[in-house]
Amino acid sequence: MLRVAIVFGPLVVFPLVTNSSATWLINIGVFTLMFAGLATAWNLIAGYTGYITLGNMAFFGLGAYGIELVFQHVGVGAGWWPFLMVPVVGLGVALISLPIGWVAYRTRALSFIIVTIVLVVVLQYLALNLTSLTGGSLGISMPTPQFAPGTFERIFYFVMAALFALSLGACWYVRQSRLGLMMFAVRDDEDKASGIGVNVAVPKLIAFSASAFLSAMFGAVWAYYLATIYPQFAFDAEFTSMAIILIGFLGGAGTLWGPTVGAFILVPAQQYMAFTLGANDYYLIGYAAVFAVVMLTMRRGIVPTINDLLDRRRRGRISQLGAPRSTGAPVAEPLEAAVGSAPQ
Amino acid sequence: MTVFVQALILGGLTGGVYALMTSGLTLSFGTMRVINLAQGIFVVLGSYLSYLFFTDVHIDPILSILITAPAMFVLGFVLQTIFLRPIRYNAHSLSLVMTWVMAIGIEGVLSIIFTTNQRSIVTSYANTSWTFGPFEVPAVRVYAFALSIVILAGLYFLLEFSKFGRAVRATSQRESAAKLLGVNTDRVSAVAFGIGCATAAAAGCLYGLIFIFNPNTQYDLIGRLLAIVVLGGLGSYKGAFIGAMTLGICEALVQSFISPQWSDLPFFLILALVLILRPQGLFGLRERGAA
Repeated sequence: MLRVAIVFGPLVVFPLVTNSSATWLINIGVFTLMFAGLATAWNLIAGYTGYITLGNMAFFGLGAYGIELVFQHVGVGAGWWPFLMVPVVGLGVALISLPIGWVAYRTRALSFIIVTIVLVVVLQYLALNLTSLTGGSLGISMPTPQFAPGTFERIFYFVMAALFALSLGACWYVRQSRLGLMMFAVRDDEDKASGIGVNVAVPKLIAFSASAFLSAMFGAVWAYYLATIYPQFAFDAEFTSMAIILIGFLGGAGTLWGPTVGAFILVPAQQYMAFTLGANDYYLIGYAAVFAVVMLTMRRGIVPTINDLLDRRRRGRISQLGAPRSTGAPVAEPLEAAVGSAPQ
Repeated sequence: MTVFVQALILGGLTGGVYALMTSGLTLSFGTMRVINLAQGIFVVLGSYLSYLFFTDVHIDPILSILITAPAMFVLGFVLQTIFLRPIRYNAHSLSLVMTWVMAIGIEGVLSIIFTTNQRSIVTSYANTSWTFGPFEVPAVRVYAFALSIVILAGLYFLLEFSKFGRAVRATSQRESAAKLLGVNTDRVSAVAFGIGCATAAAAGCLYGLIFIFNPNTQYDLIGRLLAIVVLGGLGSYKGAFIGAMTLGICEALVQSFISPQWSDLPFFLILALVLILRPQGLFGLRERGAA
């Protein structure tokens, strides 16, 4: 609980104390919270059940387009009302995600990753080509909310903070519960888990749809924030997908606070690099370099590595609950350990 | 009917080039159990290198493969050793992410050096085509197909009959057993990755002769390559070849009969069908475990 206060205290106070002319700072805050929440939602699937996914952008984009379409066809008015539609859109996407998850889970490991990549690419493709529905590459829009200019970003900041808290809460709840145990069992060895009687479909699908629900809500709020969205940014298979995974792995997939830590480091860094290095391409390299360096030095991510260091100083303390010994099942077979070649 | 056969011919010829690209994927998957998401950008890099040799030094692109392929072999070897080998024993999902990060990094470098303008390698024979009855066959595509087959055959002989090939196959089957028998699997993986990169160089040159490219093309390519390996089955060369030919033909058919705009669709549709009906692909093995 102390950690919650330490994190959320400053988070809540931050926009209230910043100068109202420095709204760009709050803007960075909005995106940081969004990525932290998205990465935490990703963690539900990738960190807890062990199925690395690049597909959460699919649900993010569906949420974004969902709210735009709801606006266009149902007309929920401007101002505060769209925020009420956000959970509805989220639920809708979560329902859609169930059959998608069922198909995707027919594969394992690497094929699953491929499926999730393709899912995002296909949705982007459809969004670009089904122009009558989505407006194609011209994008689709809804009116900007008429909030006061000084507090415009602040409102979205708090909404994002609320969603982020929801994501964290979901992860925390899972860790404490039997559902979480089922997920960790799937992560550690799915076939054995199935063999001892765990109904593996349940944790996998629940993780999938919960992650979809959260991602879609983030997408919907993001769409409202930007007012106009385009297929290549809503279903960004390359960049935002990877950003979420980078953040997750950087901070430590499978831990509660890992993705959050990763987001708080990487998103401001990315905004800074984009600002100073300007051209899109330089900061691609910067991004790649940061990831490579961190992963080669802290292979399990920041949070597990720090926890390991702390553990070594306090022997006997139980390691952080929920984080695997290595991210996902090790490649090496047991014989590897005996032959002694693994540098782990 | 003519349109149909014409599409078959064109699709088959392109399929050969796709097969060459996917052979690299199969090599790296077999030895490291990692899908090399950077294969797309390696192909694009190969295209750019051949383009450079053609426009600056005026060497025919196909001849330039003799230079670019060894150079990219070294690049692949070095990249695998620096970035992939240290994290191999963590989780192959991490290696996968690392390959994607390499892809993004290389794309950044290419974008800076070459900008994002579309390019193509336009040689003197770029527009010649031969006519067989009602069918027109562009010369470049035939050369590309022929060269792809030659390289793939070379790869086949390497894997089947050479000591190194046996080492690769051993590592692909059971890495720990291979180690016990004295195979230096780390080096085998690095060399295999390098070969995959070299074949990508060749494929890139051929791709650049036929199509236009820029650093962003890697996303189209990797999407198609992934669909092909899933169709053929991860780890199977035979599957990769058949998958490539099948999807090349499907793509051409869609282009001719529906519209070029939807030419990516067959890849995704077939991928979805394969995953629903037969997740291991045509010739693949069932995987265990979540990661």
